[in-house]
Amino acid sequence: MEMPQPDARALAARELLLRRLTEALGADGVISAAEELIAYECDALTAYRCPPMAVALPRTTREVAETVRICASLGVPIVPRGAGTSLAGGSLPTADSVILGVARMNRVLEVDYPNRVIRVQTGMTNLAVTGAVQGDGFFYAPDPSSQLACAIAGNIAMNSGGAHCLKYGVTTNNLMGVTMVTAEGEVVEIGGAHLDPAGYDLLGLICGSEGQLGIVTEATLRILATPEGARPVLMGFASSEVAGACVADIIRSGVIPVAIEFMDRPCIHATEAHAKAGYPLDVEALLIVEVEGSDAEIEAQLATIKEIAGRHSPMVMRESTSEAESKAIWLGRKAAFGAMGQLGDYICLDGTVPVGTLPEVLRRTAELSAQYGLEVANVFHAGDGNLHPLIIFNANAPGELEKAEALGADLLRLCVDVGGCLTGEHGVGVEKRDLMLHQYRPADLEQQMAVKDVFDPRWMLNPAKVFPLAISESRRTAA
Amino acid sequence: MTTLTPATEAELCEAIAGSAAARTPLEIAGGGTRRALGRPVQAEAAVSTAAISGIRLYEPGALTLVVAAGTPLAEVEAALAAEGQRLPFEPMDHRALLGSTGEPTIGGAVACGVSGPRRIQAGACRDSMIGVRFVNGRGEAVANGGRVMKNVTGYDLVKLMAGSYGTLGVLTEVAFKVLPRPERALTLVLEGLEDARAAAALSAAVTAPFDVNGAAHLPARNGTPARTLLRVEGLEAQAEYRATSLARVLAPFGEAGRVEGEAHEALWRDIRDAARFKGRDGAVWRLSLRPSDAPGAVARLRTALGADAFYDWAGGLVWLCLPETGDAGASAIRAETARLGGHATLIRASAATRAAVEVFEPEPAPLASISAGLRAKFDPAGILNPGRMRA
Ligand SMILES: Cc1cc2nc3c(=O)[nH]c(=O)nc-3n(C[C@H](O)[C@H](O)[C@H](O)COP(=O)(O)OP(=O)(O)OC[C@H]3O[C@@H](n4cnc5c(N)ncnc54)[C@H](O)[C@@H]3O)c2cc1C
Repeated sequence: MEMPQPDARALAARELLLRRLTEALGADGVISAAEELIAYECDALTAYRCPPMAVALPRTTREVAETVRICASLGVPIVPRGAGTSLAGGSLPTADSVILGVARMNRVLEVDYPNRVIRVQTGMTNLAVTGAVQGDGFFYAPDPSSQLACAIAGNIAMNSGGAHCLKYGVTTNNLMGVTMVTAEGEVVEIGGAHLDPAGYDLLGLICGSEGQLGIVTEATLRILATPEGARPVLMGFASSEVAGACVADIIRSGVIPVAIEFMDRPCIHATEAHAKAGYPLDVEALLIVEVEGSDAEIEAQLATIKEIAGRHSPMVMRESTSEAESKAIWLGRKAAFGAMGQLGDYICLDGTVPVGTLPEVLRRTAELSAQYGLEVANVFHAGDGNLHPLIIFNANAPGELEKAEALGADLLRLCVDVGGCLTGEHGVGVEKRDLMLHQYRPADLEQQMAVKDVFDPRWMLNPAKVFPLAISESRRTAA
Repeated sequence: MTTLTPATEAELCEAIAGSAAARTPLEIAGGGTRRALGRPVQAEAAVSTAAISGIRLYEPGALTLVVAAGTPLAEVEAALAAEGQRLPFEPMDHRALLGSTGEPTIGGAVACGVSGPRRIQAGACRDSMIGVRFVNGRGEAVANGGRVMKNVTGYDLVKLMAGSYGTLGVLTEVAFKVLPRPERALTLVLEGLEDARAAAALSAAVTAPFDVNGAAHLPARNGTPARTLLRVEGLEAQAEYRATSLARVLAPFGEAGRVEGEAHEALWRDIRDAARFKGRDGAVWRLSLRPSDAPGAVARLRTALGADAFYDWAGGLVWLCLPETGDAGASAIRAETARLGGHATLIRASAATRAAVEVFEPEPAPLASISAGLRAKFDPAGILNPGRMRA
């Protein structure tokens, strides 16, 4: 993976930069020692690492603005960072950059139950937001698997999803307002506790813009009443195709489950060895379907789902009848990523495909896996076609990373070719940057880059991400 | 004024590129039923998307629909209904309120970002949109998003296009996530509540876990008592359970009656279309506020302007009808939004008033400059619906 040449002018300004950042943020707000910078040299895409010039950890929006102004005046690019759990290299530093981390900004600013909103600083973790309101019967719906660690800042920048977004939508559908520091260091308020924009939907534009349009420091989020109950059913099938067909039939039926999760045989076996959730080992694919509501509502919905699944000759049908059984059913799914880690190094892809193409895509995935001689395990959000093929490889074997990446690129191209996209919830970052022209034509990307030109005319915010370097070069080097 | 009616996206590109070169300002229309929204457009020619029409792809099993922008909304809704599905965002039909004629198109609904009562639970128009194709002011076709429900590949121009009133590009195709129709739907009705009490009832309803997806209040008028309306939907058993449970939650506010069937449908059609103001004179405004702020704002504006009001979106959406004199209430209304946050849009007024008053809430300087910057990038010659959103 290629990164641009560090900017000599920015590198030369390092000493002045550190002095001015320290003046603004205090000594404990700036990290510059080489051994301490190591913690920031990558995100969860650990194959790529590069220490930044410095890390700035402001405590307030005003300090963020001050940091941005200092960097802007010295021509130093900024890489915004939440918790650093991006799987796309979104918060990967460049050698000439300052990491602007919002991790210290982790306070709840306002909880307003009657109006169903919470306002937080964006360094707060996703799970802590729900934690702040669940005692009072509310929750924040988007629930990425990384929710214990990831920050609202990163969720907004990546427009993160989660297992329950089939019913509740992703971050953008639950975000009502932000306070943002612009590339010039100006503080702007967009949206708030009311619905919908007064003019252009700038909030919709900022959500998912991967830290390239501004630094988001505060957010107003929709919170919802906790459902009375939730219960999953686990179903095993003789083939991935049959499981895929069952998903489409459930969706057609009029029941909207809160989650439909899919695991294939390699994933089931790895997970079972690791988490011992009692998953069936003789099936080719399993589905976990969860519905919500009162006991009676759950019964009614599960009855429909079981009736549909029955038409697909399930080998296993295990309906939870207790809290403990529900936990057991989810245990394996939640442990899946960790379990895959036991198998070796892995790359986690995130392409999305039309639900109707699932059987074909899964078949082609198996073929490509065999062709490359690398194991691929599938665990994903099936209701919305958001795949997460995990390519297992050995990072210590020369050439295997490159081989795994080549397989990944083929799989993502497959997703696009059947009518889907490169990334459903993880973002483009550096990881999928160079595949963008497979999904979009140059004119499509030109229009997106024109948006960045408006928010960040000098391309100082996370400049080497999202767009193929060749097409963003003239803009990045103009300033 | 000549009207261009291209039949394909390629023809539209050509028409717009030609107009850009000649600097001919264009009015963009679908069915023309929402022409009177926004400020009057200063155009020399018109472009209609009516011939760019038809359902391109509909996969009920994937809950996805791709449709050409000029397709009549009625055609889209009928196709969905035939499969037991619907558009989640319940778009308003502006014809009765604005006194317009013609067939609303899907592109028009999207360009105006029209969301109805279900906004509070199923999301806005933009939340159902998963992809767009449009032609920008240079005459270039641009695609963004796609036809899958989850897609974070690059910037989200899909949302930007919703509610941009044709000032950033002319939509040619829109992809949606659709939802199943419920087996059963019904409305609980409380009578005789004062606004503040009704607001509390609406809040209690939407903060209970029963998926209330319509929450409106019609204050008393001309001897008709006030009515507070709460809609629940779902599978047969689910809707019944929700209604019964919700009635318990609402008990402190009175005994809730039930409305079902066609009468229930009509109730929500009327809320959606602001039927209360149909056929009445006066300027009509729409305010989006933090719901608990709304009754106070309404009380002040009633006194100051003689406004009649009703509430949707659990109280967060206020519709006002008031005499169209002076600035049609703009300064008093905007004083409220300035103080409380939120925004106000002038929905119906004479062309003269809509030219003189800021129809859309003025943006603070930094945001106004971003918006102007976007417009300049998407439509450098300024030929697409000039003046429609901002002077
Ligand atoms: C085990 C695991 C499971 C995961 N599961 C999911 C999942 O289920 N669903 C899902 O969607 N994702 C998932 N992810 C990916 C990741 O957790 C999300 O992308 C998350 O939102 C990133 O948040 P973060 O705070 O760690 O952001 P970071 O990694 O710090 O940054 C992510 C992006 O946000 C930008 N950014 C950070 N802060 C700001 C700011 N204040 N203003 C503007 N831009 C900013 C960064 O520049 C970067 O581009 C998973 C990751 C892991 C490691």
